[in-house]
Amino acid sequence: MIQPLFEVVDLTKRYGGNTVVSQLSFSIAPGECLGVIGPNGAGKTTTIRMCLGLTSPDSGRISYFPNGAATGRASLNMPQDALAIKAQLGIVSQFDSLDPDFSCAENLLVFGRYFGLKDAVIKERIPKLLEFAALTHKADAKLGELSGGMKRRLSLARALVNDPQLLLLDEPTTGLDPQARHLMWERLQRLVQQGKSILLTTHFMDEAERLCNRLLVLDHGKKMTEGTPRALIAQNLEPDVVEVYGAGALALVDSPLKALAARTEVSGETVFFYTADAKALLAALAEHPELRTLHRPANLEDLFLKLTGRQIREAA
Amino acid sequence: MTRDTDAATTASPSTTAPAQTMSHSSASATPGAPAPQPSLLRPPQISWRWWPVFRRNLLVWRKLAVPSLVGNIAEPLITLVAFGYGIGALIGQVQLNGSAVPYILFLASGSICMSAMNAASFEALYSAFSRMNVQRTWDGIMNAPVRLDDVVFAEMLWAAYKSLFTSAVILGVMLALGISHSPMLLLALPLLGLVGIVFASIALIFNALAKGYDFFTYYFSLFLTPTMFLSGVFFPRDQLPGVMRVISDWLPLTAAVELIRPLFLDQWPAHGLRHLAVLAAYGVAAFWVALALTRRRFRN
Repeated sequence: MIQPLFEVVDLTKRYGGNTVVSQLSFSIAPGECLGVIGPNGAGKTTTIRMCLGLTSPDSGRISYFPNGAATGRASLNMPQDALAIKAQLGIVSQFDSLDPDFSCAENLLVFGRYFGLKDAVIKERIPKLLEFAALTHKADAKLGELSGGMKRRLSLARALVNDPQLLLLDEPTTGLDPQARHLMWERLQRLVQQGKSILLTTHFMDEAERLCNRLLVLDHGKKMTEGTPRALIAQNLEPDVVEVYGAGALALVDSPLKALAARTEVSGETVFFYTADAKALLAALAEHPELRTLHRPANLEDLFLKLTGRQIREAA
Repeated sequence: MTRDTDAATTASPSTTAPAQTMSHSSASATPGAPAPQPSLLRPPQISWRWWPVFRRNLLVWRKLAVPSLVGNIAEPLITLVAFGYGIGALIGQVQLNGSAVPYILFLASGSICMSAMNAASFEALYSAFSRMNVQRTWDGIMNAPVRLDDVVFAEMLWAAYKSLFTSAVILGVMLALGISHSPMLLLALPLLGLVGIVFASIALIFNALAKGYDFFTYYFSLFLTPTMFLSGVFFPRDQLPGVMRVISDWLPLTAAVELIRPLFLDQWPAHGLRHLAVLAAYGVAAFWVALALTRRRFRN
């Protein structure tokens, strides 16, 4: 196995009597994009904060292995080596912390200085970073003139100013419109192609499936499962889903049709049939023209809802 | 992406080296169990990373310098002119250590200390709180290899610097008005810088405790305003009743006024070392407490 770039072992965090993260372990290989998905309050942000040394875990270990095993260097550990680790990280947090008083270029310059980079080095990088963020035309624009998508891309560019090996992205596309989201995805894919490693939290299953080599499903601070998106779906779900809705749909749950599916679920007014072979089910449903049906392959969202349940998380 | 990755990777090890060497000695710490929570009262861990944080504030200020300067010096100068020439005409002279001093000179030498106090307090309360809580500037900075200790230290020095700048401009106006021409006023500048440090540190304690801006009103009306009247800025402290006088003796602004007023009169301060020690003690203790409380605020 390849030496991981970043490794978390048996991480536990309690606030009072409430265990927010429990015995969580995962690792990120060089050049890998690991997605962490889970409902609100699952412990995603707390995990990221511990990875940054901003919150200290009650037990467990967080290690960073600079340049992999090749150099034979000892690992850096949180929180003792927080500064040395952070020198190699790029972070986009859930809420923008850009400086509203500065232009885009100044935001990058000022942030680069926090890494001890020389102005000449940063100024050489700024045009490339702005181009990467598709903000070249906004180099001298104040923050107030930027759209939400532009601000997120500037946050991403700022996280790259120290040329990090690992990026930690906490919900980088939340609140963006589809165009801005697609542009962000395209940029993140480029970064992975360049060999950067990414740890990404998200609520968007299409984002997780598109970007991540590997996914970790987190709920109540515990790891539910871990694997590639396709493998997780294959392991946990029947390949086909038939959604049925309309007047009388709910009555189907107790009808003979139930036997044609491996598993049924009800959410609101919709019945979900999970099956390996939808032919017989679809034929039977054809005799109920008043019902609307949707036949589709099982996806990550089905997996997510199966593992974490359909109820709303009020506590979040 | 079009970044020159070769140039970037060769640049990064050398440029990020300072942060690594700083903490790498502890890399072999025990795996498995993380270190116990360090004490909030541990000594400040200051590195040179405070400088880019200070520079950030300087860059913002340079964009807003003129309006902010007008705001900072207009009020103290209006007070000086109104009270100094208005009430000064009624009072004439004040008895100070047995000699008669024109009231405008008495007031000018006290009010410049008050201006230093107010400027530092304002910056370390409202402005620092904006950066800490509202704009999340501190959170962003700490995503980079910069410690909270460095951020708090930078904010303290920044507030002191802004205060010193304000005092220097006011002192310039006082010289231009011919209130004093004492060459010893050169010594007033470093002392006013120290006053800024002391009051910035005290204000950062309240910054660390604040839930919102409203909290600072208490600090101004319950601490700074009484301090102003008890420290001999507007009238000699001899007039204070017994208990007040004892409190007054140990207030940081009293020490500041006692140090700086004689310089306006071209005299050496009496008990200079004692007053310096009072200011230093306030500064060190307040910064330490402010840091401990800020660490607590950021711990979870």
